Amino acid sequence: MQQLLFAIFTMVGGVLACVVYFFGTNFLLDRIFPSKGLTGAQASKNLRITNAIRPWLFMAPALIALSVYLVYPVFESVRLAFHDRTGQQFVGFSNFAWMINDGEFRQSIFNNFLWLLVVPALATFFGLIVAALTDRIWWGNIAKTLIFMPMAISFVGAAVIWKFVYDYRAEGSEQIGILNAIVVAMGGSPEAWMTIPFWNNFFLMVILIWIQTGFAMVILSAALRGIPEETIEAAVIDGANGFQIFFKIMVPQIWGTIAVVWTTITILVLKVFDIVLAMTNGQWQTQVLANLMFDWMFRGGGDFGRGAAIAVVIMILVIPIMIWNIRNATKEMEGH
Amino acid sequence: MIATSRSPLIFVVHLSVLLLVALWTLPTAGLLISSLRDKDQLAVSGWWTALSTSSQNLTGRAAAPEAQVERDGKFVISGNLLEGDDAKVSAFGFRPLQPTAFEAGTAADIGDGQTLTVKEDGSYEIVSPTRMEGTRGQRIFYTAAVPSRFTLDNYREVLNAEGIGASFINSLTVAIPATIIPILVAAFCAYALAWMPFPGRAILIAVIVGLLVVPLQMSLIPLLRLYNGVGAFFGVPAKTYVGIWLAHMGFGLPLAVYLLRNYMAGLPREILESARVDGASDFDIFVKIILPLSFPALASFAIFQFLWTWNDLLVAMVFLGAGNEELVLTGRLVNLLGSRGGNWEILTASAFITIIVPLVVFFSLQRYLVRGLLAGSVKGG
Repeated sequence: MQQLLFAIFTMVGGVLACVVYFFGTNFLLDRIFPSKGLTGAQASKNLRITNAIRPWLFMAPALIALSVYLVYPVFESVRLAFHDRTGQQFVGFSNFAWMINDGEFRQSIFNNFLWLLVVPALATFFGLIVAALTDRIWWGNIAKTLIFMPMAISFVGAAVIWKFVYDYRAEGSEQIGILNAIVVAMGGSPEAWMTIPFWNNFFLMVILIWIQTGFAMVILSAALRGIPEETIEAAVIDGANGFQIFFKIMVPQIWGTIAVVWTTITILVLKVFDIVLAMTNGQWQTQVLANLMFDWMFRGGGDFGRGAAIAVVIMILVIPIMIWNIRNATKEMEGH
Repeated sequence: MIATSRSPLIFVVHLSVLLLVALWTLPTAGLLISSLRDKDQLAVSGWWTALSTSSQNLTGRAAAPEAQVERDGKFVISGNLLEGDDAKVSAFGFRPLQPTAFEAGTAADIGDGQTLTVKEDGSYEIVSPTRMEGTRGQRIFYTAAVPSRFTLDNYREVLNAEGIGASFINSLTVAIPATIIPILVAAFCAYALAWMPFPGRAILIAVIVGLLVVPLQMSLIPLLRLYNGVGAFFGVPAKTYVGIWLAHMGFGLPLAVYLLRNYMAGLPREILESARVDGASDFDIFVKIILPLSFPALASFAIFQFLWTWNDLLVAMVFLGAGNEELVLTGRLVNLLGSRGGNWEILTASAFITIIVPLVVFFSLQRYLVRGLLAGSVKGG
């Protein structure tokens, strides 16, 4: 309780500090370079100076935080990737050489590519299906809310939920995990799903698909609603059936949005960590890059060089999407 | 949307949506139902049987021989195995290998001329022609149909004994300031990027769009080193709440600035210009006009940031300690998965406590969440 008071106190303090900073610096700026009450050249000169300084005053706290927490670490991580475990000794490419020869790393890369192939595709696919179907029924909004709900659940919470689904009891005893119960009811024998190499990756992916379908659905549903009525009416008049309208008229018009959803989920997949840590911690050949990186941060006192090298690999995989995003955003701004 | 009134097709649509909704909600429903079940029942039957009576194999012990009474020349020990529980015994036995050898109500010969009878209501009777010896009572195995029982005991247990209660407070301590503090910082920055012309503005916006997708993993090691360094320099602990608040603020800022800038840039230019003509400064315009008008975008971001900080595991594991005073709910849950892996009554109740706050936020503020998603779908979570 005491720490909660401390938190609220800090929160109020932090907000107050922001107010004081913004108000104070603006006040000072107007005092040092006054433009009111002055006339002519002096006033316009001061106005020019304040207009040049003020944006930077507005942006300073955010820019400093961004620099310390995101920009500087990117460069520092790249530097550390070429240094030894303590970050003191330059070791060239030896961390990367170790990586290529490390079985666990190759396993992680392989698994990450599996995740990249499966999760964005299926989450987008289900999202599109749900978005298209729920638009036609009266209880569509209720259905959407329920499918969207896992978005609010933490990855760890989702891991517990699904671990319960996958729960395994020895053959002959009552199964309390629903998946094994179904398998047994259909005449099969129960499996410890998490320990089946290769396929267990897919059981982990189900969790992320379950979480992300709602996200895809919300975005794609909005895009589907944005399709001009006329194109669909024209197709109906031309005698197109439901499937033709959906796949040949509607989907091509929302390709851009599908790409955004796809890339967003792709980035999330590259960083997937909590699910693997909570479900298997990389055992039974389910390791992924983000979990391996976390592992090396602390394993045996922590090897910062190898950890940073793995982080750099994740970063390299993200860069194409980053460039694509920036180009899209710039294009959009020029359009306005 | 087109009106599809052809009835056979719409039936298929209803059915498939129903199926998808069932697939998406059943796992969570199972968790919630299980967390409310009696822990003995939870361990032996699936949550989908929660409403039906469950058949359990149980073991009891008759009263010790010293409780025997002499009746009609025979020695009798009697009592009740169920001790008031509302259950029905269907079969019983006295050997571990044959726990259901006898039907309820029949008499079993347990040797030395003694007989054991267990009735449906759980009452038992051991009858012996001679005085019984020994200090321990006869073991009795029985199968009972126990009606479903729901209880809040699991919640009571995890909140106190398993430290979930303390972690709940810790999670709130992390999430509240980490949500509120970045808002003002981001709002000022977004306003400058949206409405104040200055050289380099386009590049800054591009940088922020780029930062949206920088993996958190890139920041972890350098920041850990930085925190350790700062901690050692000032002689303070490296892992503190202040540290994690600032970290969450830094990681949340790109999305905040991006969302708010897009929203503010879409506000009508006339309002701002008429305010400028009236002699209002940028500061006045921001505080009196932009901030109130941007409320929907601010709410969207606040919800995102709250869900993200509450659900986060990675940042908390790296920048916050693992002691009772700091461990957040997600971290505690991971620990319980390791130490209490088989105790589903503890895991389900703990998991439900960790997800209840985000779910409440989600259901009450879903409108803003959707709006934020639509505006910021470049961000990678």
